[in-house]
Amino acid sequence: MDLLFAISTPIKVLFVIGLILQAVPIMLWAERRQSAKMQDRVGPTRADLPLPPFLLQFRPLLKTGALLVGVGAFITGLGMVIDQLASQDGRFRVEVGVLVMVVGLVHLGVWRIFDLLIPENGKITLFGLLHSVADAMKLIWKEDFVPPNADKLMHSAAPFISVVPALITMAVVPFSDIFYPALWLSHVPASGVVDAGVQGTALQVASLNVGILYIFGVAGTGIVGAALAGYSSDNKFSLLGGIRAASQMVSYEVTLGLSIVGCFMVYGSLLLEDMVHWQQAHVWGIFIQPLAFFLYFAASTAESKRIPFDIPEGESEIVAGYFTEYAGMKFAMFMMGEYAEVILSSVLIITLFLGGYNLPFLDRGGFTFGFGDTVWWSAPLQHWAVTVIQVVTFLAKLLGILFLQFTIRWSLPRFRYDQLMKLCWQFLLPLSLLNIFVTGIIILLISGN
Amino acid sequence: MAKLVNKPSKMTVGEQAYVPAIVAGVGLSMRKFFKNTFSKRENGDIATVSYPEEKRIYPERFRGVHRLTHRTDGSPRCVACLCCSTACPAQCIHIEPAEYTADDPRSGYERFPKVFVIDELRCIFCGFCVEACPCDAIRMDTGLHMPPSTDRDHFLYDKDILMSIPGQDGSYQSANPRHEPGDASHPGLSRNKGH
Repeated sequence: MDLLFAISTPIKVLFVIGLILQAVPIMLWAERRQSAKMQDRVGPTRADLPLPPFLLQFRPLLKTGALLVGVGAFITGLGMVIDQLASQDGRFRVEVGVLVMVVGLVHLGVWRIFDLLIPENGKITLFGLLHSVADAMKLIWKEDFVPPNADKLMHSAAPFISVVPALITMAVVPFSDIFYPALWLSHVPASGVVDAGVQGTALQVASLNVGILYIFGVAGTGIVGAALAGYSSDNKFSLLGGIRAASQMVSYEVTLGLSIVGCFMVYGSLLLEDMVHWQQAHVWGIFIQPLAFFLYFAASTAESKRIPFDIPEGESEIVAGYFTEYAGMKFAMFMMGEYAEVILSSVLIITLFLGGYNLPFLDRGGFTFGFGDTVWWSAPLQHWAVTVIQVVTFLAKLLGILFLQFTIRWSLPRFRYDQLMKLCWQFLLPLSLLNIFVTGIIILLISGN
Repeated sequence: MAKLVNKPSKMTVGEQAYVPAIVAGVGLSMRKFFKNTFSKRENGDIATVSYPEEKRIYPERFRGVHRLTHRTDGSPRCVACLCCSTACPAQCIHIEPAEYTADDPRSGYERFPKVFVIDELRCIFCGFCVEACPCDAIRMDTGLHMPPSTDRDHFLYDKDILMSIPGQDGSYQSANPRHEPGDASHPGLSRNKGH
């Protein structure tokens, strides 16, 4: 264990856990707000934090300040960029200029929506984001109720079993390419090959050699949480929900695994970072495995037990399914587990099919626009800028996929149970097997020639 | 006899594949989302009214809290005829009439309300009092709700409160002119005189 590992690993763990824990309340908010907009409502706007009057009198000052800083930073950054572009002395340092411009743009954005952020009456609502805070406060103070005849240990353990796998599976997902701290201000060649002595670390907690199998192995235990919750609650609705959850998740686990075998065959690796490298070198997975993308998308939606596959919860039939008898933070942990699973499935979709942290025309050395050997325009970037762009790209893709998932949730009606099983065993599973065969044949044909 | 239910016709391949329908549905949701999020409020489809901050405009003839209209000299138009309290199905209007003093030109011709109280909690806002009033003295054109209170006594609106509420047009008077004794347009102090 070297020093870099010792320092970087806690930071990466904090980044991943923090990402999930912060994303969950924001997703809750986003989903409520987004569903409201789709259904011609305004959504959560009521929870507010009143600004004290003595702070409120600085409001015009803040607004003017945001405008001045925004314009100033933008012009300064623009000047730096133009200066560097014009000087042509070989030291291509536009990154800092662009960063200053981004800071300016953020301030201008704040100035533009200032009346929404801090309205004149001083009630800060943050577009309804404070509802998540209010929800959490309410849930923490609620009574921790366990049904009298329930199995106390299992009833309390189920939420943990359900939420922990969703949190720890993110450990093997790479958020960026390998980062060399010693070279952060220099230019890394496009190939990414550096001197042998330079130590690097990817923004990825652990690079396990079983790779994605680890994700399936750990995520599979989430089934136990749902089934256990239903079984230990001493409630028929919970039991039905638990059974439904178990059968549904076991069924779709099969399709989930088989649908991406085609990807493994193409990428030739189980390591997520190798898959991303392959996609960087060739083409995004969605273009070579489009069928697998759809199969995986459907199966992972079913795996996270969300609409249109929310039969285990089915509130119109069995109250709330397997977490009927849960209240307070235990209930919140089931919710958190569900949303963390959504993040996980989105992250896997991005990594497997949408190129992970790849941005088109961005390589290790910076932007290179062109095809093959012809280069139209290239802009080499410093190493830190490349890494930041990669992480931001990943998060932006995550936002896009989450938006799609939420939209699907609020658009589609729930399947009937037999339809659900038919879809899995008679439709998705044969298609995923077919996908494997066709992929194998094509690979054989190509490699045979 | 059992009612025959038409079975849905056989679905086409396109319908069975679900995907086109799913894409259409998701597209509709996204269109709604972007329209309601990024267009101005009045151009979007949002139906919610965030009540205390924004208020829906009521129809012109909305029956709000009562008011007693004024004469040009600021006294109530009401002549204490008790028509409104008689017409009131909820019996929420309490009027104590009084006579003008002998030197007042209205003395012997009409009375005035010494006490005029409406129990706004008992009122059913039917508007019969307004219809019954022969003098256009009581109106419900204020466009207001009763302000909330924790005390029932606050809902007993007496003459001063009722006269302090203007109509929706901001006027304390009525659109119908009042012909006071002494005006040229006044028909006369007694039925025998004048017309």
